[in-house]
Amino acid sequence: MSFWRQLTFGLRRLIRRNVADSDATDEVEQYYDEAVAVWKTRGLSDLDARRAARLELGNATVVRERVRTYGWENAVRTFGSDLRYAVRRLGSHPGFTIVSVLTLALGIGASTAIFSAVNPIFFEPLPYPHAGRIMMVWNVYRSARTELSFGTYQELAHRSRSFASMTTVEPWQPALTGGAQAERIEGQAVSASFFTVLGVAPALGRDFQPSEDMFNGPKVVIISDRLWQRHFRGDSAILGQTVKLDGDNFTIIGVMPRNFEDVLSPTADVWTPAQYDTRAVVKDLSSWVWGNHLHVAGRLRPGVTCAQAFQELDQIAHTPWPDFPRPRWGSLREGIILDSLQDDIAHTVRSALLAVLGAVFLVLAIACVNVTNLVLARSQQRRGEFSLRAALGASRTRILRQVVTESLLLALLGGLSGIGVAAAGVRALIALSPSGLPRLDAIAVNGPAFAFAFGLSAVVGLLTGIFPALHLSRSEMHTSLQQTSRRTAGSHSLTRRALVITEVALALVLLIGTGLLLHSARRLLAVSPGFDPSRLLTLQVQTSGHQFDDLPSAPTAGSDARRRFYRNALDTVREVPGVEEAAFTSALPLSDDPSWVTLYGAHFEGDAPQTGHNVIRYAVSADYCRTMQIPIRSGRCIDEHDTATVQHVALLSESLARSRFPGQDPIGKRLHVGPDDQPWFVVVGVAGDVRQTSLALDAPEAVYLSTEQTWFADDTLSFVVRARGDAAALAPAIKNAIWSVDKDQPIVRVATMDQLIATTEAERNFVLILFEAFGLVALVLAAIGIYGVLAGSVVERTREIGVRAALGASRRSILALILRDGMRLTAFGILLGLGAAAGATRFLVTLLYGISPLDWMTWVSVTVLLAAVAALACWTPAWRAACVDPSITLRAE
Amino acid sequence: MNESNTDVIQGTLDMLILKTLSLEPLHGFGIARRVEQISRDVFKVNPGSLLTALQRLERAGWLDAEWRQTQNSRRAKFYRLTRAGKKQLEAETADWTRRSAAIARLLRQEG
Repeated sequence: MSFWRQLTFGLRRLIRRNVADSDATDEVEQYYDEAVAVWKTRGLSDLDARRAARLELGNATVVRERVRTYGWENAVRTFGSDLRYAVRRLGSHPGFTIVSVLTLALGIGASTAIFSAVNPIFFEPLPYPHAGRIMMVWNVYRSARTELSFGTYQELAHRSRSFASMTTVEPWQPALTGGAQAERIEGQAVSASFFTVLGVAPALGRDFQPSEDMFNGPKVVIISDRLWQRHFRGDSAILGQTVKLDGDNFTIIGVMPRNFEDVLSPTADVWTPAQYDTRAVVKDLSSWVWGNHLHVAGRLRPGVTCAQAFQELDQIAHTPWPDFPRPRWGSLREGIILDSLQDDIAHTVRSALLAVLGAVFLVLAIACVNVTNLVLARSQQRRGEFSLRAALGASRTRILRQVVTESLLLALLGGLSGIGVAAAGVRALIALSPSGLPRLDAIAVNGPAFAFAFGLSAVVGLLTGIFPALHLSRSEMHTSLQQTSRRTAGSHSLTRRALVITEVALALVLLIGTGLLLHSARRLLAVSPGFDPSRLLTLQVQTSGHQFDDLPSAPTAGSDARRRFYRNALDTVREVPGVEEAAFTSALPLSDDPSWVTLYGAHFEGDAPQTGHNVIRYAVSADYCRTMQIPIRSGRCIDEHDTATVQHVALLSESLARSRFPGQDPIGKRLHVGPDDQPWFVVVGVAGDVRQTSLALDAPEAVYLSTEQTWFADDTLSFVVRARGDAAALAPAIKNAIWSVDKDQPIVRVATMDQLIATTEAERNFVLILFEAFGLVALVLAAIGIYGVLAGSVVERTREIGVRAALGASRRSILALILRDGMRLTAFGILLGLGAAAGATRFLVTLLYGISPLDWMTWVSVTVLLAAVAALACWTPAWRAACVDPSITLRAE
Repeated sequence: MNESNTDVIQGTLDMLILKTLSLEPLHGFGIARRVEQISRDVFKVNPGSLLTALQRLERAGWLDAEWRQTQNSRRAKFYRLTRAGKKQLEAETADWTRRSAAIARLLRQEG
């Protein structure tokens, strides 16, 4: 009741302010008039009666103020007038306002954008119930994570007690036919328990049943909401319909919820049971079920910690049971890696993102320091105004409130424009993002990021407001009114100098980081991939259709058809005008071919039974080495005489030859690649090393075989074409040539080798671009900071400079005086920054290639750059000082 | 204006206003005069305190106010006790009686 009255009274007075004010005035006036009337009835004259009333009752104005300023609405009104005043002040100093708001907007916007990108990867829980319990299980090879085989998965699933459910996951890219046009869609072949592990059920229909994950089981799929809407127009009778994938009919049994996010494969639209042959695990160690090509995920039982689960899996890995035989490449000798799903998807990008996050916080820090400095400089100029207000009766808190309101308004403006910058930044980030960046769809300027920006701007506002305000209350306000001339302000400018030094130091840290990345990028691009990437066009050609199936009646019919198709396609490609040379390979260097497709176990004659090398298997056509211009170190390349019916041959990579046969000639040695029950391959030559995954990673050990002689016909090969002229321009003609052999075979990933190289370095490039942008911002902000402080100090010292000039100081010496002042600040900042950078750049180690984080060349050149920019920023104020006319300055006093 | 004129005892102004208005509606000056007269000029009412106190009591819902003509036909803001105000007055009176009696006892004992 009372609260309600308070509210309505206050609101009424706020809205009808004039009426309320005049009411208060009337009431006080009436009070006095009555008092005067009483005195008059006692016989005083009008004038005396008035004087008596005033003496008795006190000052009417004070009473009126007391009555008028009663109530909560008065605080609102004061805030309103503070705000109006702040708006007017900011508006009357557009230069200051624009620079501060832009600085804040850049700092807040950039950090919000980066935080938005990082949040779903590092901090936000994955969109599954109890997401922290979902684990990824990995095999270990030379202490790096690699895929597992189905055999290993089966053993772990049987023996471990830590998991409520486990699943295998592997990519599946079927061709979807039956529509107007055949299309290749992304999917995953999984265990029946896949969705149980994630904890998400289909929105429509049902989950897989264990009976559907049997060898030769029924062909069923669960589809994404996306595919349901796009391909089936959201047909409500979708369940039970069939869809033709890779030529087979699959029954649709479920549709996932619209908001379901498959973090393991964000673009997946179909899921099907993998249907492995569980009997083959024991029966046939060389069969497909023992290929290390699976990702394995599991959901921990409630109460089981990651450490306990790891201990159990590690123990299983090191104590084989006879019921679970293991081949050499599935021996788990090096144990197992267990990682939460969240950490797992962030694993490859962690160091890059952390570096960017660190950089953006540096930018934010610099922005805040800069704005504080600007506000401080301004409050210095406003000391006269504050003293005047204090003299007129404004309390200290009232002045503080005014200053804080102004700073908060500034921060709020900065925050609001920052959100604009963030929205643009997020869009740019998504456009720039390397392909490995997980959860791209979840990146948006969302709630948390929004709150983050506003929280930041509020904190920044309070800091920038309170800093100068504290300053103000410490200095005695009234004394400044007595100061007629502008003297050098001691403690005040000391703070600002300290801030500029900080700013320069922070900027230097960021710039050294940028310099190191830039330098390392230059190094990296100078690395030879081991072949000649110029004028090279690459295309991935897949084979799909039942004509390529091996039948029980004709066990090699399908494989023969595949080999025939590729042979014919290559022959027609070679005929295309403009083609210098052409070849194909099962694994294309510097493409994103996953390692489980390319990596096989190699076992040399005489090796211990449980040892071996993981090698890249290049199944290639004749002339592959010549087309790619991979140098042959000894022996010969694979040529057209190496057919299925003659001695099987192999080419070793230099690194493999060196590590397995140090100081010996490997030619004539024999080895198995893949299964042991195949004929030996005889080494006929050694080829130069080729970088497979990235220019930055050392070339892996590799073996080259002829596609005619390998134990299976690859269903996907990459064509490489050396063009006479522009490689990209040849693409349509080459595609048509391949389709002239068989028009139904998909050709994907058409790209020049130069494009592929750019893609493999995308992550480094991404970090580099961001660092360059941030470094530039930092440099500009630092320059503004130095300029601001120096310009302010020149204004304050005008009189001193005038005296100096009058006493005979030359322009030169005054110029030098101010320059020296600015450069001393810069030098302190640089010293501090060098120290900080020595610590900070250690976090960049994993992103650098070929240089140490303490690379002296980079450090020196960046320091010189910063010093030069600082000198430039000092020049204008120094020149202004040198131009001070002593007669005018002195007369002005 | 003699020496014995003092400010109203801290915390009792509200009660005095309520009591004064329980007899008849009055404007600000009227209240002040009435308090001074009845207290035989022991208490002097400060207009600033009185007018803000009236605002406070009005907002608390203990008083209603309206603008009316006075006898000498001057527009003035008249205050009237509400039902809630009457209750509040009773509560404050009881409280005051209890406390002043206690103080009186203490002083007697001391004396």
